[in-house]
Amino acid sequence: MKVLLMGNPNVGKSVIFSRLTGTRVTASNYPGTTVEYTEGYLQWQNKTFNIIDVPGTYTLEPTSKAEEVAVDMLTEGDLVVNVIDATNLERNLNVTLQLLEKDIPVIIALNMWDEAHHKGIEIDANKLQEKLGVPVIPTVAIKGKGIRKLINKFDYNKLITRNYGNTENRWAEIGKIVEEVQKIKHRHRTWLELIDELSLKPLTGIPLLIVILFLSFKIIRFIGEGLIGYVTEPFFINIYKPFIVQLSNLLGGEGFLHNLLIGQLINGEIDFGQSFGLLSTGIFIPFAAVLPYIIAFYFILGIMEDTGYLPRIAVLADNLMHKVGLHGFSIIPMILGLGCNVPAALAVRTLENEREKFIASTLMAIAIPCMAQIAMIVGLLGKYNGKYIGYVFIILISVWIIVGLLLNKLLPGFSSDLLLEMPSLRVPGIGTIIKKLWMRIIYFLQEALPYMLMGIFIVNLCYILGLFKVLTVAIGPFLNKIFALPQEAVSALLMGFLRKDLAMGMLVPLGLTAKQLVVASTILAIYFPCVATFAVLIKELGVINMIKSALIMMITTLIVGGFVNYAFQEGKISLTGWLIIVLVLFLLKYIPEINAKKDIGKNKN
Amino acid sequence: MKQFTLLQLKKEEKARIVAFNGGKGLISKLNARNIRPGKQLTKISNNFAGGPVTVRIDNAKVAIGHRMAAKIIVEVL
Repeated sequence: MKVLLMGNPNVGKSVIFSRLTGTRVTASNYPGTTVEYTEGYLQWQNKTFNIIDVPGTYTLEPTSKAEEVAVDMLTEGDLVVNVIDATNLERNLNVTLQLLEKDIPVIIALNMWDEAHHKGIEIDANKLQEKLGVPVIPTVAIKGKGIRKLINKFDYNKLITRNYGNTENRWAEIGKIVEEVQKIKHRHRTWLELIDELSLKPLTGIPLLIVILFLSFKIIRFIGEGLIGYVTEPFFINIYKPFIVQLSNLLGGEGFLHNLLIGQLINGEIDFGQSFGLLSTGIFIPFAAVLPYIIAFYFILGIMEDTGYLPRIAVLADNLMHKVGLHGFSIIPMILGLGCNVPAALAVRTLENEREKFIASTLMAIAIPCMAQIAMIVGLLGKYNGKYIGYVFIILISVWIIVGLLLNKLLPGFSSDLLLEMPSLRVPGIGTIIKKLWMRIIYFLQEALPYMLMGIFIVNLCYILGLFKVLTVAIGPFLNKIFALPQEAVSALLMGFLRKDLAMGMLVPLGLTAKQLVVASTILAIYFPCVATFAVLIKELGVINMIKSALIMMITTLIVGGFVNYAFQEGKISLTGWLIIVLVLFLLKYIPEINAKKDIGKNKN
Repeated sequence: MKQFTLLQLKKEEKARIVAFNGGKGLISKLNARNIRPGKQLTKISNNFAGGPVTVRIDNAKVAIGHRMAAKIIVEVL
């Protein structure tokens, strides 16, 4: 039996979902689209219920692809659990009344019951049940209250048929219902509500944002480095290494199988960074070097999501994003991209028009390194000096801004306007955060491990077959000329298409200087997305636009790589380098715009 | 009563939505979010350097891009 969780965005659907389901949870794409939904299972009365967390929607008269999917899913469900936010009854009832018009049994979870109470809102749940004609169960999902009662209604199967005619009649009916069931008393403002409003006002919000981003960065580094230094590296060196040393001895220390599994011995020893065997480097990079940062990043991201802070970044970034032809909401795919570019590419779908999708995908793929790559950059460059890591980011941010400004000027079309609800700030439930973190770790390992092992396998194969040598001779000199990288770096750039962290790992044995590492890290981030991201982008953008996007990436790589090689002198960007950046930004102002997209009358919104 | 666009409304001021100066798409998008003629709102923050305005409607806080805000006609209460 299929149970659909439906309702407005930010009403706690996902929290109810995680309360209902166990650990067997999967994220899937709706057939034929890239709209993602989560699916899980619940056992009740010897029956298995398939619980689906449908993307949030404000109406069943779809205005976006995600909403279309929500409506399509209705035909497959057996029961709808309509989750509504008790603090915003009127707006939420719009979807409820539309659901009552459909051919499917509906029960209602009146969520955030306690928060409504704190805000002085009293709702007569019995009367609401009477008015709507379907069961209404008050819940406080974050504390698990009311969930049992909700499950006890999962056998509800009565159909009621309503027809309110049109939107206006529906709102009129909602008005009457709210009038009868809801009473609003005087409310006290809590300290959380005070921070809430301060975080929205530019004068206080922007300093707060800077503090929060700075703290997040510090915490991510603290957790990441801590886990590597005290957990993963000691584990690999003290516990794991003796095992594969034995295996290495068993295999005789050389030969095809040894090289494939253990890799090359460096000075007679297994080196997790350089040996490049499936069981040495292939396991070490994802688990020991990258996973700690993945955990750190998604932990912080989860907190930002569940406190409701993330949408505030969209508001504060809105004017910046308009300069590159997007609106504030597009900052969210960029932030997600710092974790992994794949979910970021998926999040781009929620943008409104093709132009915005193209700009956002291209900017994300070109200038946002994923956490796997960042972890490796930090690992490699951190040995020299922290400032080198800073320079890689400064260069990538400049690329993001310059390419964005250019695309905004040169692409025909207009950009739409922000319209985004700000959920109330709330204290998140640690259980939901941990569960979400767990799901994302599993997702990372599922994505990373196969590609990583396949990559290492291919590297060994190419090495044995001498393919890398051919490429090194063919393309290497070119690479050397423009980027001043050793010719052998060709193989790393090629494998970067499989995984960027693998490519960074392949740079280790080359013994690059700090400057060469800065160049290599930058071009590895820019030149092309990894294959997993590439696959999503082709689906999202279509082949033609993907080719355009890829061309932009390659041209940018050549220019930026060459520029960094030229301008990065003695451990910093030279004065001439800075002057060139400023000059480019200045000249961009004088590029004529292709069209009159700022014309308000033409905006289809 | 004096009518303004939402963009022109002063911070912390209360107003009632009168009409939308926009197309069908805009109207239905706002409508679905319970932003419709007759509703009262309070402006939380003004737009800053081309950023959005934020308003409170009932208990919801919504950020509205400045071009969209220029199309929402309100009367001050």
